[in-house]
Amino acid sequence: MRISLFITCYNDLLFPDTGIAVVNLLERLGHSVIFRSAQTCCGQMHYNTGYQRETIPLVRKFADIFRDDEIIVCPSSSCVAMIRDHYEKVALLADDATLVAKVKEIVPRVFEFTELLTDRFELEDVGAYYPHKVAYHPSCHGLRMLRLGDRPIRLLRHVEGIELVDLLNSTECCGFGGTFAVKNAETSSAMLQDKIRCILDTGAEVCTAADNSCLMHIFGGLHRQKQPVKTVHLAQILAATRKYAQ
Amino acid sequence: MSVHVGNAESAPPFPEAAHNALGDRQLRANVRNATDLIQAKRNRMTGELPDWEQLRSAGQAIKTHTLRHLDFYLEQFEENVTHAGGHVHWAADADEADQIVTRIVQDRQGREVIKVKTMTSNEIRLNEYLEQNGITPHETDLADLIVQLGNQSPSHIVVPALHINRTQVRDIFRAKLPLPELGIENLTDDPSQLAEAARLYLRQKFLSVDIGISGANFAVADTGGVVIVESEGNGRMCLTLPDVLISVVGIEKIVPTFQDLEVFLQLLPRSATGERMNPYNSLWTGVTPGDGPSEFHVVLLDNGRTQVLLNREGRDALNCIRCGACLNVCPVYHQTGGHAYGSVYQGPIGAIITPQLQSLEHSRTLPFASSLCGACYDVCPVKINIPEILIQLRGEIVRDEQSSAGGKLKIENLGMHALALFFSHSGLMSKAEAMARFAQRSFIHGGVITDLPGMLRGWTESRDLMPIPKTSFRHWWKAHGKESAE
Repeated sequence: MRISLFITCYNDLLFPDTGIAVVNLLERLGHSVIFRSAQTCCGQMHYNTGYQRETIPLVRKFADIFRDDEIIVCPSSSCVAMIRDHYEKVALLADDATLVAKVKEIVPRVFEFTELLTDRFELEDVGAYYPHKVAYHPSCHGLRMLRLGDRPIRLLRHVEGIELVDLLNSTECCGFGGTFAVKNAETSSAMLQDKIRCILDTGAEVCTAADNSCLMHIFGGLHRQKQPVKTVHLAQILAATRKYAQ
Repeated sequence: MSVHVGNAESAPPFPEAAHNALGDRQLRANVRNATDLIQAKRNRMTGELPDWEQLRSAGQAIKTHTLRHLDFYLEQFEENVTHAGGHVHWAADADEADQIVTRIVQDRQGREVIKVKTMTSNEIRLNEYLEQNGITPHETDLADLIVQLGNQSPSHIVVPALHINRTQVRDIFRAKLPLPELGIENLTDDPSQLAEAARLYLRQKFLSVDIGISGANFAVADTGGVVIVESEGNGRMCLTLPDVLISVVGIEKIVPTFQDLEVFLQLLPRSATGERMNPYNSLWTGVTPGDGPSEFHVVLLDNGRTQVLLNREGRDALNCIRCGACLNVCPVYHQTGGHAYGSVYQGPIGAIITPQLQSLEHSRTLPFASSLCGACYDVCPVKINIPEILIQLRGEIVRDEQSSAGGKLKIENLGMHALALFFSHSGLMSKAEAMARFAQRSFIHGGVITDLPGMLRGWTESRDLMPIPKTSFRHWWKAHGKESAE
């Protein structure tokens, strides 16, 4: 199957390994991946911070770039949530009926990475090997907007060699929240501290999630506190094999 | 019009208030313990109902319908209250409501009033107004009594003294209650002793004060009935013993029919306190000679609510039934407690109600006091999409800022526009990327960024940041000769 990758701006710039893992895994599963180089950002930060009007050109751009793609995959649950929950609203705000129609047409073809694997490909075992002790943090947007449920866990359970540990209060936010992390830095840090305490209590070597934005935040706290726990995107765990350790 | 919500006009911005709260370890421990406890009970009680989701939908539908036809239902309610022998007063704002209540008390030469469950009275600062007019209000809900005696303000919609532990309660009682008169010696922090002290004190008030003031959980249009649910029995006392009863009711408290209570009397207790039913459910209609108050007044309070109703993006906030579940589940509230919100309505719901009722500088920080994690929306018994309303209110604030030259030139606005420009033009983006990669060099220490200037300092105060790696994904893609597409 031909899959169009929406890598998202921050994965492109800050977490290239996640994109590479998505490509490697999809190719390993026998699919071909295309990357439309004109793509940039979904507009989530603008929209959520109150700059909804400024999101209009980004939505337009997304709809143009991906208009012909049958399957669009994105390894970021919050960006998919932005597209699924807010793109139509932005198009309505633009007062552009053509854009509304385009958005309505494209949104059902956008899949979060674990949705693509479990729903569309009906896979749980992707042949991964990852011999580490791992705690899974269900990111808020994946959990409550996309309703990913146990999809990521089902995929992780089938990874050979993995030791999955239960994370206490796993459904509580890590405190990132985009610009919230700087506008309310102290509250955000206090939330992160609770999350880090729970992660450390598991004794995990690795904390994973389906969203690098949470992981970037969690990494920031762990690293500042000189904790050796690593943060690794779920796609990188699923892409790892005996031959190619990630 | 003089719309005010408690003392919100003098409250500090949320980040500033949160700073103080975050430094108070005792407060944070109290909040965490209490919210965890209520949240666990709430989850058990909602989880046991197979039709919980349908109940939520029904609650949402009834509330939404009622607010669309509020004019009709309010007039129907007025007619039925009047028909049952009660009096209805319309208060456009807080001042008018204060005046109406005070006049009724003064006309009966009242010097004291007993109060039950009335957040609206906090909203209109009724106690302050009554005291200025020589009338002494006595709160009778245990938590409200503690807060009143301690000269504090409520920190939770349902559990106003949630921020105070029992040792602190003992200290307040020792300082403020006439313990010797009540025959109490050596009061300890044992909960049953504290409750007994409050009981003895309040009993005197119930038996001697003949004017009661209440709020309302629901006001039923087709009967003219008013409903209060509570756990301590003080409500039953306040609603039946006094000769005069005054209920201050927000206009959004209306439900169309008596039968609608079937839905709300399931949703509210399970969401609020994790109980199947409240221990006391009082419902009264007008007056009945020889039974309960001989005089009944309803003050219907607008105080900004019709303005909220005009806001298509924010009006669902009025659907709130004040259960407090969104506070108990909120990770921000867990850290800061309620006082940081500077309002009688705290937590996620407070962050969408307060700024809509009054657009003050302090209120403008409230819609940003959320990580948009969505937990509040999931627990809301009437499905208010709080995160979406927060985002819409942020939009209103941003657009308001942008309407002034000073606001346009703010760093955040300039930065957001620059980013939007880069994101709209892929060519510009790669240039910006190169610049960022260059600019970060002076901030990298030991492989990470530990100290950033300006707005971003908030991040690096407690968190490191991974630098931008040398190769972006798109560079890798190109370098590996993968299939390219425009």
